[in-house]
Amino acid sequence: LSWKAASPSPTPLACVPSLAVSLSNNQMQVPSGYGVHPQNYIAPSGHYPQGPGKMTSLPLDSQCGDYYSGLYTVPTQNVVTPNTANQQPGAQHMYGRGPSAPHIVGSTPGSFQGATSPTLHLHTSAAQRYSHFVNHYSSPAMYSANSSVASQGFPSTCAHYAMSTVSTAAYPSVSYPSLPAGDPYGQQMFTSQNAPTVRPLRENSFSDHSTAISHPSPLPPPPSHQYHQPQSLSGCSTLSWSASGLPSTQHNIVRNHTGSLATANSNSTNTVTDSLSCPVMQNVQPLKSSPVVSTVLSGASSTRTPPAANRPVEPVASVTQPSELLQQKGMQYGDYVNNQASSAPTPLSSTSDDEEEEEEDEEAGVDSSSTTSSASPMPNSYDALEGGSYPDMLSSSASSPAPDPAPEPDPAPAPAPASSAPQPSKMTKPFGYGYPTLQPGYQNATAPPNSGVPPSSPGYSGFQPYAQQYPGMNQLSSGLGGLSLQSSPQPESLRPINLTQERNILPVTPVWAPVPNLNLDLKKLNCSPDSFRCTLTNIPQTQALLNKAKLPLGLLLHPFRDLTQLPVITSNTIVRCRSCRTYINPFVSFIDQRRWKCNLCYRVNDVPEEFMYNPLTRSYGEPHKRPEVQNSTVEFIASSDYMLRPPQPAVYLFVLDVSHNAVEAGYLTILCQSLLENLDKLPGDSRTRIGFMTFDSTIHFYNLQEGLSQPQMLIVSDIDDVFLPTPDSLLVNLYESKELIKDLLNALPNMFTNTRETHSALGPALQAAFKLMSPTGGRVSVFQTQLPSLGAGLLQSREDPNQRSSTKVVQHLGPATDFYKKLALDCSGQQTAVDLFLLSSQYSDLASLACMSKYSAGCIYYYPSFHYTHNPSQAEKLQKDLKRYLTRKIGFEAVMRIRCTKGLSMHTFHGNFFVRSTDLLSLANINPDAGFAVQLSIEENLTDTSLVCFQTALLYTSSKGSYVSAVDRSVSSSLSDARDALVNAVVDSLSAYGSMVSNLQHSALIAPSSLKLFPLYVLALLKQKAFRTGTSTRLDDRVYAMCQIKCQPLVHLMKMIHPNLYRIDRLTDEGAIHVNDKVVPQPPLQKLSAEKLTREGAFLMDCGSVFYIWIGKSCDNHFIEDVLGYPNFASIPQKMTHLPELDTLSSERARSFITWLRDNRPLSPILHVVKDESPAKTEFFQHLIEDRTEAAFSYYEFLLHIQHQICK
Amino acid sequence: MEAVVFVFSLLDCCALIFLSVYFIITLSDLECDYINARSCCSKLNKWVIPELIGHTIVTVLMLVSLHWFIFLLNLPVATWNIYRFIMVPSGNMGVFDPTEIHNRGQLKSHMKEAMIKLGFHLLCFFMYLYSMILALIND
Repeated sequence: LSWKAASPSPTPLACVPSLAVSLSNNQMQVPSGYGVHPQNYIAPSGHYPQGPGKMTSLPLDSQCGDYYSGLYTVPTQNVVTPNTANQQPGAQHMYGRGPSAPHIVGSTPGSFQGATSPTLHLHTSAAQRYSHFVNHYSSPAMYSANSSVASQGFPSTCAHYAMSTVSTAAYPSVSYPSLPAGDPYGQQMFTSQNAPTVRPLRENSFSDHSTAISHPSPLPPPPSHQYHQPQSLSGCSTLSWSASGLPSTQHNIVRNHTGSLATANSNSTNTVTDSLSCPVMQNVQPLKSSPVVSTVLSGASSTRTPPAANRPVEPVASVTQPSELLQQKGMQYGDYVNNQASSAPTPLSSTSDDEEEEEEDEEAGVDSSSTTSSASPMPNSYDALEGGSYPDMLSSSASSPAPDPAPEPDPAPAPAPASSAPQPSKMTKPFGYGYPTLQPGYQNATAPPNSGVPPSSPGYSGFQPYAQQYPGMNQLSSGLGGLSLQSSPQPESLRPINLTQERNILPVTPVWAPVPNLNLDLKKLNCSPDSFRCTLTNIPQTQALLNKAKLPLGLLLHPFRDLTQLPVITSNTIVRCRSCRTYINPFVSFIDQRRWKCNLCYRVNDVPEEFMYNPLTRSYGEPHKRPEVQNSTVEFIASSDYMLRPPQPAVYLFVLDVSHNAVEAGYLTILCQSLLENLDKLPGDSRTRIGFMTFDSTIHFYNLQEGLSQPQMLIVSDIDDVFLPTPDSLLVNLYESKELIKDLLNALPNMFTNTRETHSALGPALQAAFKLMSPTGGRVSVFQTQLPSLGAGLLQSREDPNQRSSTKVVQHLGPATDFYKKLALDCSGQQTAVDLFLLSSQYSDLASLACMSKYSAGCIYYYPSFHYTHNPSQAEKLQKDLKRYLTRKIGFEAVMRIRCTKGLSMHTFHGNFFVRSTDLLSLANINPDAGFAVQLSIEENLTDTSLVCFQTALLYTSSKGSYVSAVDRSVSSSLSDARDALVNAVVDSLSAYGSMVSNLQHSALIAPSSLKLFPLYVLALLKQKAFRTGTSTRLDDRVYAMCQIKCQPLVHLMKMIHPNLYRIDRLTDEGAIHVNDKVVPQPPLQKLSAEKLTREGAFLMDCGSVFYIWIGKSCDNHFIEDVLGYPNFASIPQKMTHLPELDTLSSERARSFITWLRDNRPLSPILHVVKDESPAKTEFFQHLIEDRTEAAFSYYEFLLHIQHQICK
Repeated sequence: MEAVVFVFSLLDCCALIFLSVYFIITLSDLECDYINARSCCSKLNKWVIPELIGHTIVTVLMLVSLHWFIFLLNLPVATWNIYRFIMVPSGNMGVFDPTEIHNRGQLKSHMKEAMIKLGFHLLCFFMYLYSMILALIND
């Protein structure tokens, strides 16, 4: 699941600012990309002739230079921290050293040194690009970008990052070395390129076999590494014969190749063998390697150690663990072999084991398909830079994919031998295959492959020959491994659990996102489950199997997350598959040096010349080490090819309800206040435009044209045929008309205080807003406080208060008119998103109004019973939400495409967007709080693949970032109004499981532990506002809850459905974590049941958007005094929404814990202190979902109910 | 008289066949991503009512002219057309809703429906043709 975010850079200059802004929001790294970007464009045209030296003088150029030098200097000098103090020197280093480097053959080097004329040009440009590239990763780039932002006077929206960076704003040359910000990427970059350790490792492993090592490896080769490569090799070879039963000649061939390659380049050997024996295999391997490297670098200490540990551990444990690890590989290999041999389907393929789901993150390739003008210089530069080591490159390049596997294996086995084992078994289970029954099949399937695999295990790995020679041994060990798998270290997730007897089913720690069942190497490559997640950890091979499992197969996406480390790639060409347009990603396989195979459609594509050069390692012929292939989530800065039109400026329009009802509620004060405060922080560049409209029974426009002494109000009373009085001056430049805007915002709250107009012409106002926005697109924020009662789109009240608590069918959940939907689609077509803030005390038919946001990719905020004085907590929430809303990053004109492996197709989409074509979601705006879900079906059997990949590409303008959100237990995303459907889901999935587990008594309710929380979550969902019956629920509340379920990222959603309960009166530092020098205690999670509440305690419930602190009646007075600041229980006020800042240890702990919880979510939750006995406690207790309520089961009853259903 | 009824039915049926083909083409365009859902649905929704009317007329005509077998053959399809039209939720933009068409396999079911209708109309076409010739001969 990778995202590609391309921000089209229209004209070099224009795009820069926008990019920079977005950068600050996203990450440090991102900005660099943007900042750099323009340079690429500019540089070739103007500055180049002058030579690299001159470039430094210009600010932009200087950045380039810095990058450039940083990259180059580092690698050459082996300096870990890039000191770019002297840009030019750095660059010169490059040049000077380039020739001397072993790689450089000599054909082109001349051009290098001869700094003159065209060749030089080319070189420099190339160098810059790469450097940019690198910079993205490294922190320094960030700085530069930020600095540029600061200089331009853009608001830095993202507080933490931007702030620090901005402060350093001085140009890049200043402080590279010291930058901590570069963080993971930066470090990775360095390590990978420069760090002696990484390189050496690989080479070392090879070195044993091969005499000549091209790369200088300062460090002595760690022996452990050697194992891995051999492993893979041996695995392949053995597999090929054992499985396919091909003549021994093949082996020989394989060996020969390996041997020859080994001499040339250790890395190459692996690849070659792979390619020869089974091309498919490569898919796996390349992936592995890249992640490993990166991980090692970033967590320098952590990953590094494992390899060392591997050694001792592996030999001993070789029987069990290694085999297990390899098993997956083995399986894959087996499959491949089969395919090649075209033999009858082997047990492997037939069993469900093979199914793995893979989530891929896409990375967009910079180079390939679309090259822009500057492309031509690139190749030249490559050669020159590389030192023209073409021949060498070829030999090694072929191996490029291979090297990856080699390095990776090492880290993988060490850190996660245990985890790897469970995976294979896991795969089978979820799909309803009973464990016991599976086993035989499993062994059959896996064993043969394993045999190949075990050799690869560390012990053998060192000695390739051995492994190959003694297949029997290998098989034996593999068999053992298989056995051991079944018995002991077994997958925790598969352990059967008797739900009715397990009392404390909820883990003490927060539930982590399930991770797909991949082997470790792939796991590392996979993108974060928070961004992109699949509902199942293994993908069934056939639709029939999927149906049997009764679990929905889907993807949860949370693109555009606020990410702190995202590689940004600036390049003129983005490598994509020719047939399916997939961006190159870590899961593709390199068949040889020149070709790669798409992992989604399996088409073989050429590797473009430009892509052969790896800016990170500054080497040629290693396309697999490019950042696109190393990272599952990448951001590309796209060239103008990707643009529909020049990037639009950020345009914000506020449409405000000023009818009597709205004025009564008093939201205008809060809104204007927030706007005034955040006016400078609105994301955007110098072209940012803003406008205001108000409406009651007429529509009021505000002319804010620069030069006016005060804002002009223009009233249009013809609501049947709305027109724009002065189309040009209603949306004005934020910076040019800032004074007028401020005047207006100051005046607005008082302008309508005496209004008697009770009607609301929302529809016409929206039509006018659409007209106003259609030339540019942008964001419309609508504030509405009542039912629209005039003009187009008027609505009737459909709610019958008496029906609120009925247990019968809930009606009117759908929209009453298609007006808002049509409007939304129009807006979506014009790249305009409508965000709805509904602040109403009575029914406002959110079901209809929500359509305007749902289909235009907007968002919906609902504040029931909003009143600025009567309901201060809502007012505070609005204020905080507005702050976040106004300042969060935003992407315009976004388009998201989800691609998946051939055979899968998407059939249902959830979220706020418009599905434009089968896999293309059009998002007028994208914001970091939006989550999406997609349901998949399997159209063709997936028997011939072992990996399923998904790639999500998000294209947006000027703000970028893409990520995926998650699906958990899929239920949360599949919204059916029928509660029965949910119950049935549990019944079905459990009974499906039960029927597979033949040897367990049927009287008990058994579930695999990976599904143990499933019934609980379903019950929670049933008790949630959206689905509950029997409890009085307002229709708007219900609809809002449904909207939230559909469009929230899973992380936040889960808290809404199943709140976390903590006991906070006895916080200790035990298990505490440190965040920003603050100790954050980590109290254990409590069951959501009144039985856990004690009168002596105080409890914090985290419901996502609300925190409740429940104070027991006889709570310790010390706690009340220390934390709440009141002497005893009786003196605590009824409405308390803040914890005082007291200078006591327990207060500090409580506050730091709450702050920590708060910081993790976009919308700041409100805090309610709830006293036992206070009327507000019902709100608290309704979240205790494991308890019985008047209308709903307790958890235990629910289980019994399910059990009853199953037995029926 | 009999001949006139069938000539009219034949023409009407031809139109319905063309309409079905048009539906199929448009839907497959959408499937292949040649047009977007919005334009596809607005195109198709325009023709839902004409199709409904055209088919209802034939059905009624058959009832009036007492061709029971053909009437009964047409009845289910006509009923389905009307039912589908009536049952469109109030918030949808017609039988084909651009926001829904990609969800829950609706595109596929629309496609299937159009295919079945095409087959049905072809069948009807030959039936009318045969009946028309028969009627002309009898005259």
